[in-house]
Amino acid sequence: MKWGVVLFPGSNDDRDTLYAIGDVLGHAVEPLWHGDADLKGADAVVLPGGFAYGDYLRCGALARFAAVMEPLKRFAADGGPVLGTCNGFQILCEAGLLPGALVRNRSLRFICRRERIRVESTATAFSCLALAGSSLEIPVKHGEGCYVASDSTLAELERERRVVFRYADGAPNGALHDIAGVANRAGNVVGLMPHPEHAVDPLLGSTDGQVLFRSAAKWLTSAERKAG
Amino acid sequence: MGFLARVYVTPKAAVLDPAGKAVASSLKTLGYGEVDEVRLGKYVEVRLQADGLGAAETRVREMCQRLLANEVIEEFRFDVEVDGQ
Amino acid sequence: MKSSRLAKQEVDEMLALEHGLTADEYRSVQAHLGRVPTIEELGVFSVMWSEHCSYKSSRFHLRKLPTEGPRVLQGPGENAGGIDIGGGMAAIFKIESHNHPSYIEPYQGAATGVGGILRDIFTMGARPVANMNSLRFGAADHEKTPFLLGGVVAGIGGYGNSVGVATVGGEVCFDSAYNGNILVNAFTLGVVARDAIFRARASGHGNPVLYVGSKTGRDGIHGASLLASSEFKEESEQMKPTVQVGDPFTENVLIEALLEAMRSDDLVAVQDMGAAGLTSSTVEMASRGDVGIRLDLDCIPLRDPTLTPYEMLLSESQERMVLVVRRGSESRVGAVFARWGLDCTVVGEVTEAQVFRADHRGRTVVAIPVKALTDDAPVYERPMRMPVRAADLGRYGEALDFRALAEPKDLARELLDLVGSPNLCSRRWVYEQYDSFVGGNTLAHPGSDAAVVRVRETGGALAMTTDCNSRYCALDPYAGTQHAVAEAVRNLACTGARAAALSDCLNFGNPEKPEVMWELVRSIEGMAAACAVFGTPVISGNVSLYNDTLGSSIPPTPVVAMVGIVEDAQRIARAGISSAGMTLVLIGGGRPQLEGSEYLALRYDLRGDRPPVVDLHGEKAMGDLCVTLIENGICHVAHDVSDGGIAITLTEMCLEGSGIGCSVDLQPLDRADVALFGESGCRIVLALDLSVVAEAERRASAAGVPFRVIGTTGGDRLQIKVGTPSASGATQVDIALRDLRERREATLPAIAAGTWGRQAHAA
Repeated sequence: MKWGVVLFPGSNDDRDTLYAIGDVLGHAVEPLWHGDADLKGADAVVLPGGFAYGDYLRCGALARFAAVMEPLKRFAADGGPVLGTCNGFQILCEAGLLPGALVRNRSLRFICRRERIRVESTATAFSCLALAGSSLEIPVKHGEGCYVASDSTLAELERERRVVFRYADGAPNGALHDIAGVANRAGNVVGLMPHPEHAVDPLLGSTDGQVLFRSAAKWLTSAERKAG
Repeated sequence: MGFLARVYVTPKAAVLDPAGKAVASSLKTLGYGEVDEVRLGKYVEVRLQADGLGAAETRVREMCQRLLANEVIEEFRFDVEVDGQ
Repeated sequence: MKSSRLAKQEVDEMLALEHGLTADEYRSVQAHLGRVPTIEELGVFSVMWSEHCSYKSSRFHLRKLPTEGPRVLQGPGENAGGIDIGGGMAAIFKIESHNHPSYIEPYQGAATGVGGILRDIFTMGARPVANMNSLRFGAADHEKTPFLLGGVVAGIGGYGNSVGVATVGGEVCFDSAYNGNILVNAFTLGVVARDAIFRARASGHGNPVLYVGSKTGRDGIHGASLLASSEFKEESEQMKPTVQVGDPFTENVLIEALLEAMRSDDLVAVQDMGAAGLTSSTVEMASRGDVGIRLDLDCIPLRDPTLTPYEMLLSESQERMVLVVRRGSESRVGAVFARWGLDCTVVGEVTEAQVFRADHRGRTVVAIPVKALTDDAPVYERPMRMPVRAADLGRYGEALDFRALAEPKDLARELLDLVGSPNLCSRRWVYEQYDSFVGGNTLAHPGSDAAVVRVRETGGALAMTTDCNSRYCALDPYAGTQHAVAEAVRNLACTGARAAALSDCLNFGNPEKPEVMWELVRSIEGMAAACAVFGTPVISGNVSLYNDTLGSSIPPTPVVAMVGIVEDAQRIARAGISSAGMTLVLIGGGRPQLEGSEYLALRYDLRGDRPPVVDLHGEKAMGDLCVTLIENGICHVAHDVSDGGIAITLTEMCLEGSGIGCSVDLQPLDRADVALFGESGCRIVLALDLSVVAEAERRASAAGVPFRVIGTTGGDRLQIKVGTPSASGATQVDIALRDLRERREATLPAIAAGTWGRQAHAA
């Protein structure tokens, strides 16, 4: 399987994501330039963290109009696995691929620390190999990570079990329902604020982030089996 | 013709506005106890070419809906006038 | 002195004085030119001859610092220094100050400080991988402190996080001596292949000079000459427009674009536009290459078309670089920058005649011999005089009368007060605002003795720390500065790194005062002596003078930023106790004393008359032993003793680890509080597996390093017994870790909220 990691001007964690997927996990992976409407045959795509386009106007507001987003939307509609981490999650929400929005942290301060998140749903491309109810230690680092949505949207997400990850010790940023990550109905598009790419290398600490990337590989083979 | 649109983007009433609360608190500390509430938003000026006022307004509304405001969390209003510049 | 009105003014001595030049310097300017300068030339001289750019007060004495060594690839003289770290790689690093702008506008002052030091590193072709900062604020309960603390930390985080460089360490201190002058020193380290280091040496007559990055505006004009080269007075508030505004997004793409362009052979020289902008960058490049540069000011990309040539030359707009490229490669280079959305414009050329020339609308507005602005700039050997008493400068200097210092009855309570004091409490509130993960190589995050960053290309790692105890330096600038160097070496050793080289940021008061000049010179001499013993050359640095307000100088604050090399990234040590049943060992022969200690200041509001004794050779032997134990896998937990004494060291070891406590027996001393809270150099506490204690002791003995078992780890309390005869001979300190943690974590958020020291009112 081959991964693609989108690179916007201002993306910061693209290189860490490439390293995590390519070097640590040993999958084939390639950067995807924002200005090219080309996913280069990727089987799974990641929108990484950072400050795409300087986060001007709103986080992700300008990035969603990049040329690469057109083929990405089609890819997602066709069931392709798409993972948005931090800024990537913000871009997916701005692009309408996920519901809700991310606003400024309740404390009005940037927060960087290791957090425990609980796996709420294993019915997604990036959590199907995780143990439901298990706790993963993955760092967060953001200034606008407070997930908000209308009451009806929140009710729908809970009812349809589309909250994928929840902050186990309470949201550090004020996110409603302690939501750390959500999925679309089909479960192939997932966005989360924590950074799994920073929790794969044993030398650096936790490796709890590995399961998100391994899940996509499993999801694809099951999808192939279903299709075939 | 040249037009000037002034767009005001504010957080929806239902959305928590901690920045606004912080500013209100500071104002009260400075002695303005009469302040009830503060909400922080964005002000955008757009200078554009259009055939007429109605046409300009239509385009500006689209700009707001597509980019300038995120209607999940924000609401917008605007006024358009002939650009004096 | 509005820059826009200057064009019409006559140039005379009055105007020169307003520009910060002395009457003598103005006469010298005329001698160099053989005529009266144009207004633009006056502006150029005033910034290039300012203290900030020319180092005229310190250059003479800085020559005393050792700058060479087997690892040194680049010493002082370029944008930053560089050392060989093995595996074909080099580390490029430097520390720099942005003190005055940060006091005026803390967010932007700190942010642009970070932006500036980043540029100094990547201009040499090195991708920045780690930032640190050393911050000094006024008293924790001073009315301006919450505003300054909040602004500076938000600015550092805001810029560093957006650019995408991890902020991995630093220090924060509160002291009323900085009430009128805060200090913001920013450090960046980058990594590059040792044969790919770029220098800023213009060459090749006719080679084009290119301008890259943001357009030029009116930001920061005279920031160098007026803000950084003179004291704060009442009018300083009006200098708000002189502070620059940074754009980290532009810096982010500038780094990517420049590193890409550097992979070709087209670039001859690269320099960032920092203090004194276009002027200093082109002049310095020309001077290093013994050439001249001619600028066509009509080509400068402008934010505002009304900018005068004077303003274009002196603007300190951020995120701009100047490049010299091979003739004919302009479009190729330009295309790289265009892809990243950046302007790239030809603005001049390299000339054979060593003249700095600038033309505007057919008129030559500047024609100055390059060396007059650099090598031939004034150098002053300012008079210095040792203060008759340390009290001359408002320093401390009273010998302690121990009979007057009643011993505290409740030592546990003293420890709690100390752990919750502004300079010893947890810094979590600060460093959780910094992204310390980006880059995917951080092995030791903020909160460690030193930050440690892996270097994938070599399989090793680099450790780094910033240190300075200004209280020690006020008591004795020579010994105090040696302590700063020794503490840095110790901190690196505790992570398993051998100290390699350092960058220094010398923050001092007004050098026109002989007592301050004496402090500066003694500090430099102390640093030189310490560096010789540790084998750590000074490869880059910065001097920030005139940190005075209304006639009162800051204490000498020579910040040492030291970098060490870890051979094997798998072999590093941490400060936190990782398991129960380990043996705690004290190595090093440092003898604790109360003079100069945090405890003495906090509890008795005294300073004493001398810092702890310095034992450089003892420090070296102890540090080397510590690194050897870690490299050999014998030791995985180490923490040094510094501010607050061994009681604080043990507290931190318990709280930074897995929440495991310890039980310790300290050597008897006259007073229990001296044993617990007395400070000294030359002490490190190790936590070792019982099975390796004998081996460690053998190695210590062979190295001549004192070695003593002091206790064991376990439980959830901190228990320290001091062998003085006390009323009942019972354990003197016995506290639950939970209580220590609560006190330790509460302080900084309260300081930031402005409620520290106001509990009495709140209750």
